[in-house]
Amino acid sequence: MSTTVLQRRPLLGRLRGGFLAHGWLFRTSLVLLLGFVVVALLAPWLAPQDPTLGDFATTMAGPSAAHLLGTDQGGHDTFSALLVGARSSLLGPLGVVVFSSVAGIAVGLFSGWRGGWADAVIGRVLDILFAFPSLLLAILAVALFGKGLGAPVLAMAIAYMPYTARLVRGLTAQEKARPYVAAYLVQGHAPLYVAVRRLLPSLGPTVLAQSTVNFGYALLDLAALSFLGLGVQPPTPDWGAMINQAQAAVLQGQPLSAVVPAVAVVLVVVAFNVVGEQLGDRLARRDAR
Amino acid sequence: MTLLSVEGLTVELPGSARPVLDTVHLRVAAGEVVGLVGESGSGKSVTARSALGLLPARAHVTGRVLVEGKDLVGADAARLREVRTSVASMVFQDPRAGINPVRRIGDFLAEPLRLVKGWSRRQAEARALELLAAVGLPDPPRHLRQYPHQLSGGMLQRVMIAGALAGEPKLLLCDEPTTALDVSTQAEILALLGALQRERGLGMLLITHDIELAAATCDRVYVMYAGRIVEEASAADLFGSPRHPYTRGLLGSTPPLTGPMERLHPVPGAPMSLAESAPGCAFAARCAFAEPGRCDQAPPGLLPLPAAAVPSTAAADPTGSADRRAACFRVAELPAVVTSEVAP
Amino acid sequence: MTALLEVSGLRKAYGATTAVDGVSFTLPPGGALGLVGESGSGKTTTARMLVGLEQPDSGSITVLGRPLAARVRGRAARLARAKAVQIVFQDPYLSLDARLTIGATLDAVLRLHGLGDRAARAARVRELLGQVGLGEREAAALPRHLSGGQRQRAAIARALAVEPAVLVLDEAVSALDVSVQAQVLNVLADIRRDAGIGLVFVSHDFAVVRYVCDEALVLLRGRPVEHRPMAELLAAPEHPYTRLLLDSVPHPGWDPASIAQRRRQLAQ
Repeated sequence: MSTTVLQRRPLLGRLRGGFLAHGWLFRTSLVLLLGFVVVALLAPWLAPQDPTLGDFATTMAGPSAAHLLGTDQGGHDTFSALLVGARSSLLGPLGVVVFSSVAGIAVGLFSGWRGGWADAVIGRVLDILFAFPSLLLAILAVALFGKGLGAPVLAMAIAYMPYTARLVRGLTAQEKARPYVAAYLVQGHAPLYVAVRRLLPSLGPTVLAQSTVNFGYALLDLAALSFLGLGVQPPTPDWGAMINQAQAAVLQGQPLSAVVPAVAVVLVVVAFNVVGEQLGDRLARRDAR
Repeated sequence: MTLLSVEGLTVELPGSARPVLDTVHLRVAAGEVVGLVGESGSGKSVTARSALGLLPARAHVTGRVLVEGKDLVGADAARLREVRTSVASMVFQDPRAGINPVRRIGDFLAEPLRLVKGWSRRQAEARALELLAAVGLPDPPRHLRQYPHQLSGGMLQRVMIAGALAGEPKLLLCDEPTTALDVSTQAEILALLGALQRERGLGMLLITHDIELAAATCDRVYVMYAGRIVEEASAADLFGSPRHPYTRGLLGSTPPLTGPMERLHPVPGAPMSLAESAPGCAFAARCAFAEPGRCDQAPPGLLPLPAAAVPSTAAADPTGSADRRAACFRVAELPAVVTSEVAP
Repeated sequence: MTALLEVSGLRKAYGATTAVDGVSFTLPPGGALGLVGESGSGKTTTARMLVGLEQPDSGSITVLGRPLAARVRGRAARLARAKAVQIVFQDPYLSLDARLTIGATLDAVLRLHGLGDRAARAARVRELLGQVGLGEREAAALPRHLSGGQRQRAAIARALAVEPAVLVLDEAVSALDVSVQAQVLNVLADIRRDAGIGLVFVSHDFAVVRYVCDEALVLLRGRPVEHRPMAELLAAPEHPYTRLLLDSVPHPGWDPASIAQRRRQLAQ
């Protein structure tokens, strides 16, 4: 008798089955995100200096004991601005995700459950919303309602809503076709009860995965908006606004005050993507069982 | 000539409590129709796939799978390709799952011929027409240009059979070829498979969960349970005097269409999943005849029936019981007469 | 005595295709009718119309002398309809809510139908599960930890919890393993005997229909072709399609070629 161990999955399989499933990337990302949240919550106590106060004696300084990550051209402490800036930088996307998820779930559930012409009409409206780049919509909102965090967040929530709505609509239609939903209806449960209390919770984890990915993108979009000077207004610290204000410093060969918030944005966006994707993968594996 | 000979094949998957296949022995000769009967998780499909060298990834495999005398376990890609293109081919359960819905029937049939055999488009299409005619489709030139959704399930299964015949195989593996089809379509597909098998002298392995179907269409039948072959017999013997308690249970589970109607005597419990294992006979937990201390110690081997256990009618027929084997410690002690009424 | 279930002139079309056309039958109290046919025969559509999951284009369904409304509005009407007819679906893997244990699923049905007392509900859940041969362990389990046969029994218990006048079984045993199918068939036979409930058994398999039903209605492309007591139908099938279906069941000495030929003749 011969003995053979069949190994049909080369590198990619081992990569996915190996170090990704091990999850160090996932865990690192999760820890990173939790870290940022803690920082945002405790920022006023953690920050060594008030980032809104400029110290005109030391502008565009390099790292020192007094200013761990140096200062920008206005003499604001970059490290403190980074910590306090985490608040608005995370709060904005949180608003976007909460609003867009709630609205998207409502629209998607209605559309997928109802089907027929209502579904078709909603589908077309979502198509139109999809056609607008979220940033453009946000700039429009700023033009109408003025600068700040409120208008862009609302506009972006509307722009992100179709993603969640599409997902929920598809899952709802798929789930509604399953006999357990029919069984609930035959038992005499009200359709609204079955849709909201029985069907919706089973979609929860998938929607969470989508929202997590959305959070990263919303953060990127809002940072871009602040960078353009349309979002959070100085002196309130914000990562996007910090990069904007650091432009002069970059030109003068002191890029640190721009690099630090940029790195923070990239880290958080990547971490949210990793966590979201992994949540999605885990769900897919759970469903396959 | 033995086309397929599976010898002591054991397949283990990481993370399952018992082997997917456990020392499976099975052979199919040219011109022979062999049935492989089992329920979900019995390993019948894995056995059939092994004949194409298609074993699960990461599986630990021991034993041999000889196709025309050459071992496929550990064979190189060239040998596997040779077997898959010109010695053995397979017909699957769901014809819709096995065909690209956006390609025409003609492409499905002609493409492998052009890619594998290097035929010209014209040659391959002529051959595709021949194949469609061979499986009894009414209008081959039209079907060649049709898409899968334009054909019924039964017609599509004929197309799949045509595809399986494209390489002029000697061994046809049919994995539940009619389970996804209507009952009257089932007869049609089996009539076609039977005719093709006789015309071409094919060796055929018919995998099914339906023991009545196997008994009605096969020469010889293997019954599988939890990765092991538990009984091997000619179709007539299996149906007339099943020996293994599991085989009896299967036959007793199907309500009769004629004759007196008695209460069914189902096998208790459910087929053993891959997450379960038993030190002794895998069927012992569900078996009415199981004897503690004997059946639950070590698995019984698949052995020729002792003379005492061969029913006298079958023994009188010199061809009938030559290949009767069963894997049961108590096979010689079980009552010989079998109806759905059998009780310990 | 009034009929348990009276269906007359049921018709349903989807666009240009007529799925069900002129299906009528009467089910006496405690009776069991088999709806037999292949795919496209309209048997599943008929079953879904009986429980209100599809609206018939025309025709009427009457349970215990009271017509079933095409559309129900309001809690009382919904519960009344649920009490009239319940259904068990084919696929035991998708017909139970994956997030609830079997016990919780049954409990929710009982609560919906007005059994307020928690202890009384628990006792009834035990009783219902006992009726289908399941116990405490299964009650505490999520569907994914149960086998197909156990799930299908749970689905039967869930339907019985409503205490319907009629139970529709839509290919309820065809997705099960052979050895498990027999267990569920025996459960159905017992329910028929003990609960005095009317059964409509939808299937393509004459052998299992014979085991459970007294009469059968054979459907071909949405139309009834033969409706007779089971024994008569099996002994002397009148319609060629009924004969074809009967002969299609494999048996020793089976000749698939002649069946295939007759099927082609019938199709013309």
